[in-house]
Amino acid sequence: MADLLPEHPDFLWHNPEPKSSYDAVIVGGGGHGLATAYYLAKNHGMTNIAILEKGWLAGGNMARNTTIIRSNYLWDESAAIYEQALKLWEILPEELEYDFLFSQRGVMNLAHTLGDVRESVRRVGANKLNGVDAEWLDPKQVKELCPILNINDNIRYPVMGATYQPRAGIAKHDHVAWAFARKCDELGVDIIQNCEVTGFVKDGNRVVGVKTNRGTINTGKVGLCAAGHSSVLAEMAGFRLPIQSHPLQALVSELHEPVHPTVVMSNHVHVYVSQAHKGELVMGAGVDSYNGYGQRGSFHVIEHQMAAAVELFPIFARAHVLRTWGGIVDTTLDASPIVGNTPVENMFVNCGWGTGGFKGTPAAGLTFAHNIATGAPHRLNKPFALERFETGALIDEHGAAAVAH
Amino acid sequence: MLLISCPNCGSRDETEFHYGGQAHVAYPENPHELTDREWAEFLFYRDNTKGSFAERWLHSTGCRQWFNMLRDTVTYDIQAVYPMGTPRPDAAGQRTADTGTASTAADSTTTGSAAPDISGTSTSATSISSTPAPEGATK
Ligand SMILES: Cc1cc2nc3c(=O)[nH]c(=O)nc-3n(C[C@H](O)[C@H](O)[C@H](O)COP(=O)(O)OP(=O)(O)OC[C@H]3O[C@@H](n4cnc5c(N)ncnc54)[C@H](O)[C@@H]3O)c2cc1C
Ligand SMILES: [Zn+2]
Repeated sequence: MADLLPEHPDFLWHNPEPKSSYDAVIVGGGGHGLATAYYLAKNHGMTNIAILEKGWLAGGNMARNTTIIRSNYLWDESAAIYEQALKLWEILPEELEYDFLFSQRGVMNLAHTLGDVRESVRRVGANKLNGVDAEWLDPKQVKELCPILNINDNIRYPVMGATYQPRAGIAKHDHVAWAFARKCDELGVDIIQNCEVTGFVKDGNRVVGVKTNRGTINTGKVGLCAAGHSSVLAEMAGFRLPIQSHPLQALVSELHEPVHPTVVMSNHVHVYVSQAHKGELVMGAGVDSYNGYGQRGSFHVIEHQMAAAVELFPIFARAHVLRTWGGIVDTTLDASPIVGNTPVENMFVNCGWGTGGFKGTPAAGLTFAHNIATGAPHRLNKPFALERFETGALIDEHGAAAVAH
Repeated sequence: MLLISCPNCGSRDETEFHYGGQAHVAYPENPHELTDREWAEFLFYRDNTKGSFAERWLHSTGCRQWFNMLRDTVTYDIQAVYPMGTPRPDAAGQRTADTGTASTAADSTTTGSAAPDISGTSTSATSISSTPAPEGATK
């Protein structure tokens, strides 16, 4: 039997009218906006704050991601912030008093070429040095952990091994958002849905208010958590971001008995697959190549990942695609996020998490809240400042960190 | 899937093409005079327009030629296909507010003056540009 989901909860937050003024306003009510508001209230005592969401709460990428959580990134800066996130995931169900089914079923990143093998073994070493749990598995061990995987060498890209992070896994994204939202509401944060930010009020170079479709709201500080729309908001505020917004698609099958015990990701044949608690097979892959704000992509991208899935998991050949959808992901050239100050005084930005920011949600919130409250970055988000594109201190996780998320 | 009209080959599936990102980004005229900020703009900053966007495509499995295209990044409607080296056409009758980049962005291959718009961050990039990019050109 597949696991039962938690009951659909009762109303967990109020829907207040916006006040005329707040100490801080968070733009975007996805996971990152919610986590930021939560830590602002909890860690920094800032409770006269609001989250402004143009649609419904957590209806953007937060509603659309494939929920993979892991911290096995190559570089020190990334390992530090993603591992902090993973440690928070481990305590959040208790802290938020909400079981959002964080399931540490492990994540496997397959290697299919000699280059993959070398990169993977190197990453396992780097992870261990950074205190991130990581193992290298040979094909037999891969098969033991995930019996439905095809490890024969008669396929085009045979499985040559995999990295494995046992503490990694998946969680119920909607419930994560609702868990944060309930606590935010309890702490006094105003969650305002259907409230689109359409401009900013500035005094010289300092932001002092936000214009919305529900009137102008004065505020001491602004934190941008708008994911795919970050560039649009930055432009309203008068600065640029090195971000390109792309469609990213995913899909699910109908419900099946549990057959897939872990999470499998393959960068090379390019698909990642897990089985949700209810029983759907959940799959995703890479972005559509073109820029897009349409929350939909091209079908050949879906076909491609299905082909990869069926080669790796022959048992899936008779499963059906039930639904496909797309989100708008905010990609950077070094595949690392941007968290920090902006050229506008009292305005802060958290974006660029691209295809993999669900896993980072708690650490994004923790560090971004610190940055907003104190005006200076937290130790963990300091390397992720906008300035790195000028100094050249990029955190290049492309191809270095099993970067399909 | 997009159906793209290659200027040389006609309508073909998107899978035959390769995306090249924002069009009309000129290589700096005097690279050694650039500040770090200006290099950052050239290397890493591209418009991320919501609306009518001028972009480059390569017909990689066909004629293997590059060309430019005007496409709405919300509806994905293709509004114009035009040769590299010619100015961006107007997206006639479309989202007039979004056509800001069109008229003033100089073409890369002819004048090399399409400086990235850095309004709000620094003004020095105009030194590499004879025609400063319009303020707030992106949407
Ligand atoms: C198909 C898909 C699969 C993914 N899989 C994974 C995965 O397996 N693991 C992983 O770690 N990550 C994954 N991601 C990435 C992850 O979903 C994002 O990085 C993350 O959700 C971004 O943060 P967020 O939740 O705050 O974004 P969002 O939920 O997108 O929140 C941004 C919010 O800002 C709002 N907004 C925008 N403009 C305005 C405005 N002007 N005024 C007010 N509000 C505004 C939007 O409506 C939106 O609700 C995936 C993404 C997609 C699309
Ligand atoms: Zn052609």
